[in-house]
Amino acid sequence: MQSNTRPDQQHFVAPLDETPLVAIDSVKAEGKPSNLWTDAWNDVRKRPMFWISSVLILLVVVVALFPGWFTQTPPNNDCLLANSNGGPTDGHPLGFTKQGCDIYSRIIHGTSTSLAVGIIVTSLVAILGVVFGAFAGFYGGWLDAVLSRLGDIFFSIPYILAAVVIMSVLSGYRNVWVISLAIGLFAWPATARVLRAEILRVKNADFVMASTALGVSRFRILLRHVLPNSIAPVIVITTISLASAIVAEATLSFLGVGLPTNIMSWGNDISQAQTSLRTAPQTLILPSIALSVTVLSFIMLGEVVRDALDPKARAQR
Amino acid sequence: MAGYILRRLLQAIPVLLGTTFLIYFMVFAMPGDPIVALFGDKTPPPSVIESLRERYHLDQPFIVQYFIFLGNIFRGDLGVSFSGQPVSEILMATFPVTLRLAAMAVFFEMVAGITIGLVSGLRKGGIFDASALVVSLILISLPIFVLAFVMQWFFGIYLGWFRTTVGPGAPTQDLILPAIVLATISFAQIVRLTRASVIETGGQDFVRTAASKGLSRNRIVPVHILRNSLIPVVTYLAVDFGTLMVGATVTEGIFNVPGVGRTLYQAIIRGEGPTVVSFVTIMVLIYLVVNLLVDLLYAVLDPRIRYAK
Repeated sequence: MQSNTRPDQQHFVAPLDETPLVAIDSVKAEGKPSNLWTDAWNDVRKRPMFWISSVLILLVVVVALFPGWFTQTPPNNDCLLANSNGGPTDGHPLGFTKQGCDIYSRIIHGTSTSLAVGIIVTSLVAILGVVFGAFAGFYGGWLDAVLSRLGDIFFSIPYILAAVVIMSVLSGYRNVWVISLAIGLFAWPATARVLRAEILRVKNADFVMASTALGVSRFRILLRHVLPNSIAPVIVITTISLASAIVAEATLSFLGVGLPTNIMSWGNDISQAQTSLRTAPQTLILPSIALSVTVLSFIMLGEVVRDALDPKARAQR
Repeated sequence: MAGYILRRLLQAIPVLLGTTFLIYFMVFAMPGDPIVALFGDKTPPPSVIESLRERYHLDQPFIVQYFIFLGNIFRGDLGVSFSGQPVSEILMATFPVTLRLAAMAVFFEMVAGITIGLVSGLRKGGIFDASALVVSLILISLPIFVLAFVMQWFFGIYLGWFRTTVGPGAPTQDLILPAIVLATISFAQIVRLTRASVIETGGQDFVRTAASKGLSRNRIVPVHILRNSLIPVVTYLAVDFGTLMVGATVTEGIFNVPGVGRTLYQAIIRGEGPTVVSFVTIMVLIYLVVNLLVDLLYAVLDPRIRYAK
């Protein structure tokens, strides 16, 4: 709860033209109607953090889609052991890995792996979370009991540990899809819980009752009225889960149960560079920077979106 | 109170059965021979395969297998690692080290996180607050293994203040650096949580009442604001216990701390599937128990929960 008194306020009854009432009186009836989304957009576009993260994310997407625009050096071929841990040379701005591969090219080509895992996991988590959360929250009763307990079970296994087990068993089939599935299968309950709580709040609103009175079917009410009005926190958690998924992939690759080494991945590169930490720290630090900056930009975006969509977070800024 | 504890304990049973079943299902209901699958591209000696087949009773129906597995776990029989040592023995030997590391990490993150979060929240919008927010955002974005390597390189190799790997017996001064790394992931979250909580509590009516009674700030901040802001922070620690376990696995692997995490890390690296499954199962069980304990503790701290239906 925020107080409306100003820090140096002397009177307990403020002059009329300074009270918050003025704000209520000044609502323009003929002005453009505002809702949560236009308010959020107006808030978000004023913040530099939004533009910084958006530009970084755009850059990551472009690099992932068109690696050829940024480097002509193939990431896997042309590796000469003579160049092992070598410094920057002409045409190889960041030097070489222990195997003598071009670091810059490997970072550029690893981008699409991280982004793909992030997007697949996030879609999976969003779909599972929305379906489970919406049905549990809206229909309630035994369906809620069953779905919520099921969610509790998946929530009780830290998803990286679960992914370690799945990837250990599926060691013969390691690729981007399998690792995304392994992460996403245990990451959805958080989204489902958030959506369920929000739907419980929304489903007793007057407009839902009005729709029921008009004879709109339950499922249609859920789809057209309840879901759109409770999806905001899901968007926030989804943006942040994209960052977590990228970290999870890198962690699994680092642990040795992630992607095979023939797939370009920042996690793999960092893992392989750890033996050179003493002699050539840049081979480890450069892919780490790429990874951290990508994660940071998604977390920043999630942060800005949360501030814009959640009035409580806005008040604390 | 007794009713609440009983209800909470009863609720834990289906989750306990569900999680262990899920882990068992993931490993043993996959198509193909689960024993071979567990070893990936490595071929273990035939004697190991034979003893595993016998141990997991693969000739029995699936549900029977599961209950034998569950029974083994609760009797403390976790199987034998490839080196021939019982997994439960390894666990007993390594657990105290991990406990020490985790306790140090939790201590660091609580002290630093709550202090910085409190100062940030009290001076909302100031320079200190703004920089704390930026730094915590950056720390949240750093994957733990990146942070571990950077710290190992900077403090261990570049400055040479700490040893890069932990020596035999894990002396406490060697554990400081890994504990700081382990603390950093949650530290940033605790800063933000404490800050948000302090700002919210600071706006409550009882704080204004305390101020209007003429209480000094030195009394209002610790007694009225801080104490009431700590409940969400304590809850967060329990939720975050899973992150701590995964973090310990990575940190102990990198700093060569002879704890539970490094054993799991090495089992993963060596492709010792059965050992990995045993360790993950035990970790999930510990996670469940810790969450249960914190829930019960929470009821002791907060009367609203104790008496709520």
